[in-house]
Amino acid sequence: MAKVIFKRPEALTDKQFHYCPGCTHGIIHRLVAEVIDEMGIRDNTVGVCPVGCSVFAYDYFNVDMFQAAHGRAPAVATGIKRTLPDRMVFTYQGDGDLASIGTAEIVHAAARGEKITTIFVNNAVYGMTGGQMAPTTLPGQKTTTTPKGREKDAAGLPVKVSEMLSTLDGAAYIARVSVHDPKHILQAKKAIRKAFEVQQAGLGFALVEVLSTCPTNWGLSPKEALKWLAENMIPYYPLGVYKEPAEVK
Amino acid sequence: MLQEILIAGFGGQGVLSTGQLLAYAGMIENKQVAWIPSYGPEMRGGTANCGVTISDEPISSPLVTEPTTLIVMNRPSLDKFEKAVVPGGYILINSSLVDQKVKRDDVQVMEIPANQIAEELGNTKVANNVILGALIELTGIVSIESVVESLKKVLPPRRHNMIPVNQQALEKGAQLAREMKK
Amino acid sequence: MSKVLMKGNEAIGEGAIRAGCRHFFGYPITPQSELPHYLAKRMPEVGGVFLQAESETSSINMVYGAAGAGFRVMTSSSSPGLSLMQEGISYLVGAELPCVIVNVMRGGPGLGNIAPAQSDYFQAVKGGGHGDYKLIVLAPASVQEIIDLMQVAFDLGDKYRTPVMLVGDGILGQMMEPVELADEVTVPEIAAKPWAAGGLQGREKPNIINSLYIVPEDCEELNKKLFAKYDVIAAEETRWEEYRLDDAEIVLTGFGTAARIAKSVVDKARAEGIKAGLIRPITLWPFPSEVYARAAEHAQKFLCIEMSMGQMLEDVRLAVNGKKPVHFYGRSGGMVPLAKDVLAEVKKIMAGGAE
Repeated sequence: MAKVIFKRPEALTDKQFHYCPGCTHGIIHRLVAEVIDEMGIRDNTVGVCPVGCSVFAYDYFNVDMFQAAHGRAPAVATGIKRTLPDRMVFTYQGDGDLASIGTAEIVHAAARGEKITTIFVNNAVYGMTGGQMAPTTLPGQKTTTTPKGREKDAAGLPVKVSEMLSTLDGAAYIARVSVHDPKHILQAKKAIRKAFEVQQAGLGFALVEVLSTCPTNWGLSPKEALKWLAENMIPYYPLGVYKEPAEVK
Repeated sequence: MLQEILIAGFGGQGVLSTGQLLAYAGMIENKQVAWIPSYGPEMRGGTANCGVTISDEPISSPLVTEPTTLIVMNRPSLDKFEKAVVPGGYILINSSLVDQKVKRDDVQVMEIPANQIAEELGNTKVANNVILGALIELTGIVSIESVVESLKKVLPPRRHNMIPVNQQALEKGAQLAREMKK
Repeated sequence: MSKVLMKGNEAIGEGAIRAGCRHFFGYPITPQSELPHYLAKRMPEVGGVFLQAESETSSINMVYGAAGAGFRVMTSSSSPGLSLMQEGISYLVGAELPCVIVNVMRGGPGLGNIAPAQSDYFQAVKGGGHGDYKLIVLAPASVQEIIDLMQVAFDLGDKYRTPVMLVGDGILGQMMEPVELADEVTVPEIAAKPWAAGGLQGREKPNIINSLYIVPEDCEELNKKLFAKYDVIAAEETRWEEYRLDDAEIVLTGFGTAARIAKSVVDKARAEGIKAGLIRPITLWPFPSEVYARAAEHAQKFLCIEMSMGQMLEDVRLAVNGKKPVHFYGRSGGMVPLAKDVLAEVKKIMAGGAE
């Protein structure tokens, strides 16, 4: 008899991802879905997806889903969680959505200690709209709106979301992870699981920042993109747990 | 019958709650009533005023722009609203706080040392009701009984012990107005 | 039943609670702040949630979340705050989510002032946000009617899966009037919402709250569906008040506070021998156009009274459709028309002197 050693998580639908080749959204979706399966919370979870490349995430996660206006997912999640406090509510947001247009919403959701989990995908660029500069674009990085590279006098400097949010008392768990190799993918999954456990335990706001690639807009092959992430993003955005409640350490 | 009362003074003088009490009394008497405050920045430390309309007919606008009676609790209010009172209307002045005289001669003016009377009654907080008593005597807008009845509804039970002194203030104000009318 | 003296802003809150709303998200702004003050105290008493959001933008998106989860929910603000909410309102419409949005209007444009106004009429009835849509817009004219229409607002929202807006102005929000209230707060029966996305809870297929229709054909279908719904709403839910209209030679019209003033002018004009009447739209959308068309058969003139430079005026003119002249008297920027000035205008019009 055949033994199943690998299958699609139940928390993912069988709809094929629309993401570009080499994009790490697929990996991150899968990690979130595996955590939902392993915690046995699929029946009780509501997700909120952003505007950006993952705008269609409602087609992929096999749970009740909301599509939110650009940057507003934390406010939408607040509305859900405050009406249904026993549900597990997560937002899935990119860097343009969360760190640019949605800064007020994420900061105040964290400050209120809103009991939600945010998966923040940082790939240092706007993907869907055509490779423009993101708030997380690295100094010197070329984008379609910084053709000569991001120059600080003209375009300012990146927003370090995990560092910023970890200063807020309402934020219970903040971690930055990466998905550029198997070892880091496993660490990322542990962090995502912790972020859901923090919510389940009612400890406050939890966010996992996942460093991610955009081969298409970076103009690199998928393999080169993973290398670029490791060599350029991680030094600027150090990995690690920025905040963790004693209860889940 | 349509009476439009403007009560004006400093914030913290109980201007708004006095107006509410009057409106409540009108409601108890099944009259049409409306109350509206001045609102916004001027609430903060500056002048405060409210308009109370009591009528037999449905009230169109609750804004009191041409009061039939003006109650003045501070000097700036007299400067501001003296001209607005309808000819033949009343201006009631708390003369314990306002030493200025009314310039117009086409209105009926009554100066009431409300704080002094309230002090004599043993509680300066009832000064507004001394003036309310005078207003009731002059205009017959509502009865003193209705105001007392309203106090029972408006005041929390723990403050019902204040009702007798308020009633005395109303009656004293009415008595004073009766004497002054003569 | 008890008769109590109640402030308009508080009546909005109490009306919401009696309509079964247990969730409020909002941001402070004058002249509606007594409403959040009231609900901050009142919601916990009835087991509800009051949350002060970081902005009106967030408030309306919290409403989106709560409405999508299947709950009766509301927010409120005043004019500048409503401008910030327009994005969210468009999304609520697109996702067909019921909710109640209150605008206690103040003077504008810009920061304007905090005095009463009606100059957000266009914003309320002509769209406001992006896309093809309408809102049901209710315009009470008294504190009692605020209480009554809050119930209507929640019921219509649920019935048609649409956001409903209730518009007042600084006067209606700030004034106190007697209202009749049932002594007991009873929770009305609210129909199940099988479309809500509040977690699978045993359901097999996920529910999705969404306004993204990436294929134009699909988006056009959504718009057709919305407008078919609007046709039904227009046919079934239009509300208005008529006053001394049957033999009126001049028809005064206005909504909310302006209509109260107009109504008193009708009586004053009649007392002076001028046959005046009133049409007061209670639903600003759907607009009671047929009532005007009917009145235009016998009335000679119309006079629209607003606390704006003339916005509802355009809908009155469309409804009268050129059959009779439609005059306008308005005050703007937080100014309120006085009955005596409106009466003077009526006399001028009837003497043939007004433009």
